[in-house]
Amino acid sequence: MKWIRIEARQEPDPLMRFGSPVLAVTLTVLAGLLVFAVLGKDPVEGFKVFFLNPLRDTYALSELFLKATPLMLCALGLAVGFQANVWNIGAEGQFIFGAIGATGVALYGGELGLANSPTLMLGLMMLAGAISGALYAAIPAWLRTHFHASEILVSLMLVYVANLFCSWLVFGPWMDPDGQNFPQTRSFDDAALLPTILEGTRLNLALPLALGLLLIGHVYLNHSYAGFKMRVAGGAEFAARYAGYSSRRMVWIGLLAGGATAGLAGMAEVAGPVGQLTDKIAAGYGFAAIIVAFVGRLNPFGIFLASVVMALFYIGGEQAQQYLSLPSAIAKVFQGLLLFFLLATDLFVNYRLRLGRSAHH
Amino acid sequence: MKQSRRTLLSALALTLTLPFASSAQAEEPVKAGFVYVSPIGDAGWTYQHDQGRLQMEKALAGKVTSRVVENVQEGPDAERVIREFATSGSKVVFATSFGYMNAMEKVSKQFPNVTFLHATGYKSGKNFGNYNARFYEGRYLTGVIAGKMSKSNILGYVGAFPIPEVLQGINAFAMGARSVNPKAEVRVIWVNSWYDPGKEREAAMTLIAQGADMVTHHTDSTATVQAAEEKGVYAFGYHSDMSKYGKKAHLTATTHQWGDFYTKTMQEVLAGTWKPTNPWGGIKDGMIKLAPLNPAIPKDVQTLVGDLEGKLKAGTFHPFTGPIVDQDGKEVVAKGKTLSDEELNKMSYYVQGVASKLPKK
Amino acid sequence: MEQDLFSAILFATVVAGTPLIIVALGELVTERAGVLNLGAEGMMAIGAIVAFAVAHHAGNPWIGAAAGMMAGMAMSWLFAFLSLTLMANQVASGLALAIFGVGLAAFVGKPYEAVSLPAVPPLALPGLSSLPLVGHGLFQQQPIVYLSWLLFAAITYFLYRSRAGLVLRAVGESPASAHAIGYPVIRIRYLATLFGGALAGLGGAFLSVFHTPLWVDGMIAGRGWIALALVVFATWRPWRVMIGAYLFGGVMVSQLFLQGSGIQVNVPQQFLSALPYLATVVVLVLISRNALSIRLNFPASLGQPFRPDT
Repeated sequence: MKWIRIEARQEPDPLMRFGSPVLAVTLTVLAGLLVFAVLGKDPVEGFKVFFLNPLRDTYALSELFLKATPLMLCALGLAVGFQANVWNIGAEGQFIFGAIGATGVALYGGELGLANSPTLMLGLMMLAGAISGALYAAIPAWLRTHFHASEILVSLMLVYVANLFCSWLVFGPWMDPDGQNFPQTRSFDDAALLPTILEGTRLNLALPLALGLLLIGHVYLNHSYAGFKMRVAGGAEFAARYAGYSSRRMVWIGLLAGGATAGLAGMAEVAGPVGQLTDKIAAGYGFAAIIVAFVGRLNPFGIFLASVVMALFYIGGEQAQQYLSLPSAIAKVFQGLLLFFLLATDLFVNYRLRLGRSAHH
Repeated sequence: MKQSRRTLLSALALTLTLPFASSAQAEEPVKAGFVYVSPIGDAGWTYQHDQGRLQMEKALAGKVTSRVVENVQEGPDAERVIREFATSGSKVVFATSFGYMNAMEKVSKQFPNVTFLHATGYKSGKNFGNYNARFYEGRYLTGVIAGKMSKSNILGYVGAFPIPEVLQGINAFAMGARSVNPKAEVRVIWVNSWYDPGKEREAAMTLIAQGADMVTHHTDSTATVQAAEEKGVYAFGYHSDMSKYGKKAHLTATTHQWGDFYTKTMQEVLAGTWKPTNPWGGIKDGMIKLAPLNPAIPKDVQTLVGDLEGKLKAGTFHPFTGPIVDQDGKEVVAKGKTLSDEELNKMSYYVQGVASKLPKK
Repeated sequence: MEQDLFSAILFATVVAGTPLIIVALGELVTERAGVLNLGAEGMMAIGAIVAFAVAHHAGNPWIGAAAGMMAGMAMSWLFAFLSLTLMANQVASGLALAIFGVGLAAFVGKPYEAVSLPAVPPLALPGLSSLPLVGHGLFQQQPIVYLSWLLFAAITYFLYRSRAGLVLRAVGESPASAHAIGYPVIRIRYLATLFGGALAGLGGAFLSVFHTPLWVDGMIAGRGWIALALVVFATWRPWRVMIGAYLFGGVMVSQLFLQGSGIQVNVPQQFLSALPYLATVVVLVLISRNALSIRLNFPASLGQPFRPDT
């Protein structure tokens, strides 16, 4: 310890602020090569399969962005809260509720004559998704502001509850009568499905929507007074918050934003590649988005890049199974490593390392 | 290493030049892809499918090679994995969980020269078949053993989700037990997971504590059998022969045998004679087998079970033969009639003899 | 019969509560030193697989448990290095640990899914185990259950009666003053974090080696997160951790007993399964609303990085 000193910088190094994620990704790739070598695989081959295969052609890229879209949406909302030290880690539950809200509109919208106007149907589904997600996030917000209950724990417990509630719906009232009693709703009408934006792929309207929201998020977080206040609040003492003392407004904004975008992501999933509600609708996007938000520096542009990197890891993990016979857990290991490396390299943003025995101050 | 490079190159070649190349060189072994819902592990649903795959590979050595992706989420990821198999030269894709059905249907339409086979679903097409097994036949036989051997007349059943396949098993088990012991009752605990050994164990322990001296499970781990072994009661395994997890407790198991079916299918594909069929095989077809009977089962019971097994093989006995009365006393099937396959696939009630209640929708 | 039933429920409740108690007590000590490590789920997973593998190879569950503790400690060291030495955000580092630990455990645990361990026999405490009503439920348990009680007693003594405990709490309350008096704040925080990691590893080992005894991917199934909830729920007091863990275990077990009783309840079973989580939220709210009790026990510096030389 004595030979390496950690010195505070006068102010955060802007270069490192964006350099550290790049460094972290590089380190993760290097660690990945090592992992391949240790497992007896050719590291170059492993690199190609894991990191390049998911980028090899238009279709592969469309899949990459399809997988990245829900991550982008969830992470954007979470970042708003994280900026103010509001720790919503229950985006998974809000995602499920968004999916449920949108499914409600899709199932009953036909009866209201919406089947012929996709625009109205999809608009209502998006609204329902965002509102359902936000309402579900309002529970931890309310318990936090009125009873000081930790939003970390409440939002997390509600993930389990959301999963069970969704399971009840698809096993019960919403079960497809022609689905042979399997846990799923009926398939949505065409009007309730997001149109694809690239012929022959599954990439749909959710991507431009997510990109638009990232842009709005960028303006809100970096160029508005409200965003500035959020950041200032985030700089304040964290400790008091964990026990439940903080500005109510920040808690509400943080959780509602996270709930709304996660709910929207849930909507995009049922109205997109899945096309119905099932008991498996939440594929861990809400949790993975926490990593995305951090790796993306709680910054919309960063979140865009980070979500693509995360999606790459998922798809690379599938590729590694198919072509290298590696177990599926490798994707999770890489995700964890990435976050660790980022946290470690973050040191360079606010501090610098000096070699040599420390001089007296 | 070389193997994987070659598959990668051929994958690239195929995607770039002739995506639907149907007649690869005659010497090249035909490739088959398997999509699994959980890790392969050492026992359980996926393990049995993988055993079947290995049996097929061995039987057709040199003619067929196969690849596996395990732990694939039932949702958008499945479509990508299935498509990847099809684009990278697999002639046959097996997907072994219900939730892959829609993805299989979609991809099968895009790749008319690839054969798709889906386990436990109900959709099919020109190049898309499905297959399933009559697990309930084994359940009925184990029910008979349980009814004969139980002293407390309480039979415990740990279930995952109330889908028809699971309900068929519970009902067949109850009917088997009741056929030899009208006092027997089956108690069911749902653990809401295919795969949570801690919870499965607690559920089994609960059933044992409440007087069950015979337990079985429709979940994926061996926890129930292990709990029985520890508590000195009897258990019936499911999916796999689980006798090594409970030397004394394990009376027998309803095991799934997919190897012959996989071999036959691949032979037909090799010969070009494959046609979409929807086999639903039972003991007669060798798709269901009882694991070796524990010597603790009295001789007369062994004989009785052997006779019933013979009748099932001969096709002269159907476990769901009326009169079948549901829990509320309503007659489902009149005397002498049997449930049709369609009715079996829609099963959504408990028969008399199941003490727990299926929640109303 | 009713007595038997009570005894069975008590027994199952104690078993279900034990891993939660072990992990939550460890986390409590960590948090009392001002360090918030949210990585319990990952440390438990690593503890579970390492303990399982070592118990299998060594043929001894206790060597396995010790290895599980070491593994949990190693994981918590990683967290401590990031958050205490490199001063990374503690929440983020903890979440990273949770995700990484679960993934790594699944990865290295692959070959062990094919393995089963012999069950460890329960240890009946002489005399006590034949007590009416509670004898079986409380005193015919796995040795680890008694160990969890000993841990409770030791940690209570340590925190409230020993000098070292006083120092630990001082570090959690006000690291700056503790530092000013000359206590090595960072080193104490390291030790507290490692202790928490060791207990999380032991909690995982309990599940894989003593409870199931099995290893499968995903077997921790959220228990690490519930242990974290218990610490807040207990307002950082050990005796409340015990109550909370048994309460949670009791609710979980009761819904199983209700299902298995054959009593016809017209409530969807998903709602029954959600009860333990809802109960956690409700109790969390009831406890948190009392701001005074939180303020009295809350380690004031929780989650804040501390640099001695700034």
